[in-house]
Amino acid sequence: MIKFCTRIFSLIALSISVLFFVISSAFAGSPTKVGFVYLTTPGDHGWTYAHELGKQMVEKRFGKDIKVSVVENVPEGPDATRVIRELAKQGNEIIFTTSFGYMEPTLKVAKEFPNVKFEHITGYKRSKNVATGNIRFYEGRYIQGVVAGLMTKTNKIGYIGAYPIAEVIMGINAFAQGLKSVNKDASISVIWANTWYDPVKEADAAKVHIAEGADVLAQHTDSPAMLQIAEKNGAMGFGQSTDMSAFAPKAQLFASINNWGPYYIKKIEELRNGKWNTGDGPNHWPGNVWGGIKSDMLVISKFQNMPANVAQKAQEALDGIKSGKINIFAGPLIDNTGKEIIPAGKALDDGALWGMNYYLQGVNGKVPG
Amino acid sequence: MEALILTIIATSIPLLLAATGELIAEKSGILNLGVEGMMLSGAVGALGAVLWLENPYYGIIAGALSGVLMASIFSVFTINFMTNQVATGLGLTIFATGLTGLAGAPLVGKTIPSLPKIEIFLLADIPIIGSILFKQDFVAYLSIAIIIFISFFLKYSKSGIILRAVGDDHQSAHSVGYPVKKIRWYASCFGGMCAGIGGAYIPLVLTPHWSEGMTAGRGWIALALVVFASWIPWRIIVGALIFGGITIAQLVGQARGWPIPSQLLSMMPYLATIIALTMISGRLSKNNSVVPSSLGKPFFGSQ
Repeated sequence: MIKFCTRIFSLIALSISVLFFVISSAFAGSPTKVGFVYLTTPGDHGWTYAHELGKQMVEKRFGKDIKVSVVENVPEGPDATRVIRELAKQGNEIIFTTSFGYMEPTLKVAKEFPNVKFEHITGYKRSKNVATGNIRFYEGRYIQGVVAGLMTKTNKIGYIGAYPIAEVIMGINAFAQGLKSVNKDASISVIWANTWYDPVKEADAAKVHIAEGADVLAQHTDSPAMLQIAEKNGAMGFGQSTDMSAFAPKAQLFASINNWGPYYIKKIEELRNGKWNTGDGPNHWPGNVWGGIKSDMLVISKFQNMPANVAQKAQEALDGIKSGKINIFAGPLIDNTGKEIIPAGKALDDGALWGMNYYLQGVNGKVPG
Repeated sequence: MEALILTIIATSIPLLLAATGELIAEKSGILNLGVEGMMLSGAVGALGAVLWLENPYYGIIAGALSGVLMASIFSVFTINFMTNQVATGLGLTIFATGLTGLAGAPLVGKTIPSLPKIEIFLLADIPIIGSILFKQDFVAYLSIAIIIFISFFLKYSKSGIILRAVGDDHQSAHSVGYPVKKIRWYASCFGGMCAGIGGAYIPLVLTPHWSEGMTAGRGWIALALVVFASWIPWRIIVGALIFGGITIAQLVGQARGWPIPSQLLSMMPYLATIIALTMISGRLSKNNSVVPSSLGKPFFGSQ
C-alpha cells in the first residue's frame, strides 16, 4: 500500500514538473528573469527591507517586461550556493545576491553558469560574469557627525557597531571627521555588538551608552531598537538603512537610507540592451558600482527634531558632499594614537578606505582584534 | 550605576521566566527544546494583542496563551504520539520561527506603549534599593512570585512531589496510579506559559516593536540556565542575573575602554554552563542525582 502511494505520488510530482517545464519554456524569451537572494526577510525593517524597496522599484519600472523571483532567509554559506544555483537553473538571467557573505557562493555558481550575470552586493571579488555593487554609507555618517557635534550637550557620543570590519570602521571614522568639523571637544565611544541583528542586545548597548552619559547615539546594526531606547530616555539618534522615524518620532534626527533601486534598474537595463559589464578597471575599489549621495544610492531623510541652524549646517554638509567640495578623508588625517595617516594636501583613496583598521582622532579606545 | 543595575535586571527577566518554565517541564520529564519558538510566539502574540486592545496588560495574557498554544502542539506530539522530544522541540522552534514571521508581517513598523512601572508604596522611596527593587513593572514582580511559588511547590506540596516522581521514574509513578501523561501535559503547558510571558517581555518592555526572530537565541540561553541552576529554582535567579550582568558588563567595558576583549566576556555565560554541567555529572557518579532520570524519555503507558 505504502509502495503504491509512493509511486502515485512520484508520478504526480513528475507530471507537475514536466508541466512546469513545458509552461516555462513556452514563455521563455519574453520577460527578463531576475533573481534576488535576501539574507533575512523584509520584516527586519532594515538592511533587507531596503533591498525589498529596491526590488519594488524594479518591478514598477519594468512591469511585465521582467519576472522577479526572490528567496528570503538564506544563510551565508553552503545553503546560499544551493539557492543561487537553483535560481540560475530556473533561467534567471541576472541574479542579485544581497549580502557580503554570499561572495564565495556567488563566484562558485557564476563559474558553472557563464551565461548568467551576477551582481554581488558589498563584496570585492569579481569575475567575468560577477559584478559588485555597494553604497558609500560613510557619507551619511559624516553628516551624522556634524549634527551630533552640534546637538550634544555632554560631548559624549555613543556608537554601536556590528563587527570591527573596514566598512563599519570607515563609518565611525567618517562620523568622527564630521564631529570634529563642528565640535573639537566631543568624542565617540564604540560598543561592538558582535552581531548585525539582535534587538535586545542593541537596546542594552544603547542603555549602557546613555548610562555612561552619551546623549547622541549612532548605530551600524540593523534593528530600530537603539532609537526606541533613545526615544524613551530623552536621547537622540540616527536611523540606519531605512527611515525609522515611526519608531522614534522625537529621537530620530535623520536617517541614512539605502536606495538600491536606481542601481538595480541600471544594471537590468544594461542587460536588456546587451551592454552589461563588470566595468572592471584599476580604480574600481571595491566594486564597479560604489555610489553615494551624488548618485542617489544614499538618500538622507528630512532633518528633524533639531534647531534651524543645525539643520542648515547639516544641509551644507550634504550639499558639500554632493558637489564634491567636502572630501571626508582629506589630509591631514591623524589617528587616535597621534600617528599621521596622511599629510595635508593628500586624501585617502578608495583602496585605503577598505584597509582601515584604526580610529581617527575623536574616537576613544582602539579597534579590537 | 543605578541605571546599569536596572538594565541588568531588565535583560535578565525573559531568561528568568523562560528558564523557570522549562525547569518545571523538565522536572516532569519533558525536555522541550522549543523554548526559543515559544518565546517568539509569546512576543508576536503580545504585540498583536496590545495593538488590537491598546492595553499592555493584555499583552501579558496574550503572550502566555501563545506560549501555551505552542506547548500544546509539542505535548500532543511528544506525550500522546510519543515522538522523540529532542527532534520535536527543535522542530517546534523552526516551525514557530516561520509562523511568527508570517503572523508578524503586518505588525512590522508598528510600535506600542510599554508596560508601566509600578511603585510600591513607601518601599519605593528607599534610596537606591527602592528604585531598583520596588519600581519595577508587573512582569518583574510576577517572575519573582513564580520562582518563590515553584520553590515551595516542588519541595513541600504533594502535587510538587508527584511531579518530581513522574519526572524521576514514570513507570513507578504510573504503577502507583498517578496519571503520568496528564501531569506532563500540565507541566509542559506551564513551561509554555512562562516562556510566552518571557518572550512577551521583549516587545512589552525592552524594545517595543516586532521584528522577525527578535528573541535572537535567548531561548537557548534559558535552556542552558536550567542546567546551570542544576534544576533548583532559586539558582535560576542567580544564573539569570549572572548572564545578564556579564552581557551588560561586556558592553560597559567596551564603552569605558577596559582592556578585556569583549569576545572573552561574551563567552563567559557558556563557559559557566559547561562548568556547571561538568560538576553535575561529577556528582552523578556519586549517585546523588539532580537530573530528572526520566528526562526526555517517552512514556508508553496508557494515561
